[in-house]
Amino acid sequence: MAASTDAPATTAAYLQIHDVVKDFSGYKAVNHVSLDIAKGEIFALLGSSGCGKTTLLRMLAGFETPSAGRIVLNGQDLAGMPPYERPINMMFQSYALFPHLTVWDNIAFGLKRDGMPRDKLAERVEAMLKLVQLGKFAKRKPHQLSGGQQQRVALARSLAKRPQLMLLDEPLGALDKKLREETQIELVNIIEEVGVTCVMVTHDQEEAMTMASRIAVMSEGRILQVGAPSDIYETPATRFVADFIGNVNMMEGTLQSDYPDHVIVECADCSHYVGHGITGTEGMAVSIAVRPEKIALQREMPANEQAPHNRVQGTIKDLAYFGSFTVYHLLLASGAMLKVSQSNASRHRDDQLTWGDTAWASWSPTSQVVLTQ
Amino acid sequence: MKTFFGWLRRGRTSVIGVPYLWLVVFFLFPFLVVFKISVSEMGTVSVNDVLSIKDGVLQLTLRGTSYAFLTQDDLYFKTYLSSIKYAAITTLLCLAIGYPFSYFMARAKATIQPALLMLVMLPFWTSFLLRVYAWKGLLDENGWVWRALTALHLDQSLAYFELISAPGKLMNTPFSLVIGMVYTYLPFMILPLYSNLAKMDLRLLEAASDLGATPWKAFWLITVPLSKAGIIAGSMLVFIPCVGEFVIPELLGGPQTLMIGRVLWDEFFSNNDWPMASTVAVVMILLIIVPLAVFNRYQAEAQEKAA
Repeated sequence: MAASTDAPATTAAYLQIHDVVKDFSGYKAVNHVSLDIAKGEIFALLGSSGCGKTTLLRMLAGFETPSAGRIVLNGQDLAGMPPYERPINMMFQSYALFPHLTVWDNIAFGLKRDGMPRDKLAERVEAMLKLVQLGKFAKRKPHQLSGGQQQRVALARSLAKRPQLMLLDEPLGALDKKLREETQIELVNIIEEVGVTCVMVTHDQEEAMTMASRIAVMSEGRILQVGAPSDIYETPATRFVADFIGNVNMMEGTLQSDYPDHVIVECADCSHYVGHGITGTEGMAVSIAVRPEKIALQREMPANEQAPHNRVQGTIKDLAYFGSFTVYHLLLASGAMLKVSQSNASRHRDDQLTWGDTAWASWSPTSQVVLTQ
Repeated sequence: MKTFFGWLRRGRTSVIGVPYLWLVVFFLFPFLVVFKISVSEMGTVSVNDVLSIKDGVLQLTLRGTSYAFLTQDDLYFKTYLSSIKYAAITTLLCLAIGYPFSYFMARAKATIQPALLMLVMLPFWTSFLLRVYAWKGLLDENGWVWRALTALHLDQSLAYFELISAPGKLMNTPFSLVIGMVYTYLPFMILPLYSNLAKMDLRLLEAASDLGATPWKAFWLITVPLSKAGIIAGSMLVFIPCVGEFVIPELLGGPQTLMIGRVLWDEFFSNNDWPMASTVAVVMILLIIVPLAVFNRYQAEAQEKAA
């Protein structure tokens, strides 16, 4: 799919996942997945639970064996290599720190298995403790640390062996929201400082978007789309991806007229003027996706250039105040709901729209995405 | 509010009080009675009271002769040592057999675990005495175990290591005693170990493997240290009753296997020397409790230091 277009065809990617299948007695948890991941990349597998992302990660770590397909890391085929021989380390979901060992011994665990000389080992552990700013806590046991500190111990432990590939399983899932936001940036900074290639698994799209350089959206064992966070958000390839990532208004319609530079799509409540051409035939059924923040809301009928397209009138049925923005739920003539998000740029606004008001929603011809699958 | 907390505290006190009351009534008080007997004088039928009124004077008579005798005759010392030796051997064997057993039971499919647990507890459905007695039949000449061991000539190596007195004679030897004790006490090792191992977070083993530990290394570095509490609990449950065991040495033991339980019995019923028997019992309890208390204290201190 889109993955291979990013890497030049002549040089092999750092991590190649080639047509991998994992079959759990008839149920394909991972279904013909191929991915190329470049060196130094932070790559996220995003999907809801049961989509196969964790199974794929466990196959990279060596805890599961692929039923078919190949995984090649840095030119080396990983088939048949047990987890303890792979140059790959994993940061486990809720960390799996060894409860009977101190922070120091947790970080040193992997190095000791390699039989690293004592002085070199101490040096490496100290460097890791410094990297995650836990020098003072070296003698503590994991249960004496806060969630955020435990997370950093887990990070230091998985980085200590300088793995060729680091795997992160829901790296921030166990932290509360506020801490999660701070940690996202910190984690990315540390990973980039070390320069390790990462594959992370998450169900949290915000986490994937802030941390990863590229995202693969997974569903039912398949990869639906691969791309940079902004690509996935602004140009989703399928209805599922558009719906899964962020908030979206989905409208079903038919392709009315198809020009090279624009198309008109007729929907139940309004018609869309889309400012780019698509591959399709007139009369075919398509979906239009518009993000709530790309819609403007006002009392008067807007006089946009594309009129009478790209505007619709409705009644405000509901509004949800989020502080920095407000989401209005506009009831349209057909009974459909249109979500409109307006940023609260000033503290007070005269003539504030409220429950029961009639309002016009409008959007520009560059704000919609036409989806055919 | 105040009355509520007062009520809560009273409630808590009474809840904690129940087991303490139990211990006082059924452990401390009987222990004091036994101690009293150990320092009393033996009368014709039973012991004389330590308190007596003679010429209008209340007299407290405490005799330390039993304790003195205990240190003079080295039979007692040897018997204590031998009891502890057999209890320790039994504990180690139970651990060696019970650990792998508990381990695979805890790692077995969740659906068959209850059945395996049931099998461990099944022997309890038969009387303990009958089960020990049954070993007599198995170990006696022409018993199944006797036949198997002699056919394999294992009795000769057992005799070589002085575990049995002579080839072809398995009963009433250290070998038969240890078999009986291991057989009887094995479930007490398995149950705490199993409950400990079943609770273990298996992701820790994955983490160890991920960090380069072979399965064998991961077992010794992660599984074993994390099951320490289960090992200690199981070992206590086997070791403590084994030290004072009477029935198994009586039925399966022999002249070589001195156990304190039998000495105690002899003092009571053969010599009719209650104070001596009580002295033996009191010293045995102290021998077990004092190291335990020291160990517990050390554990608590170590934990405090870590915190």
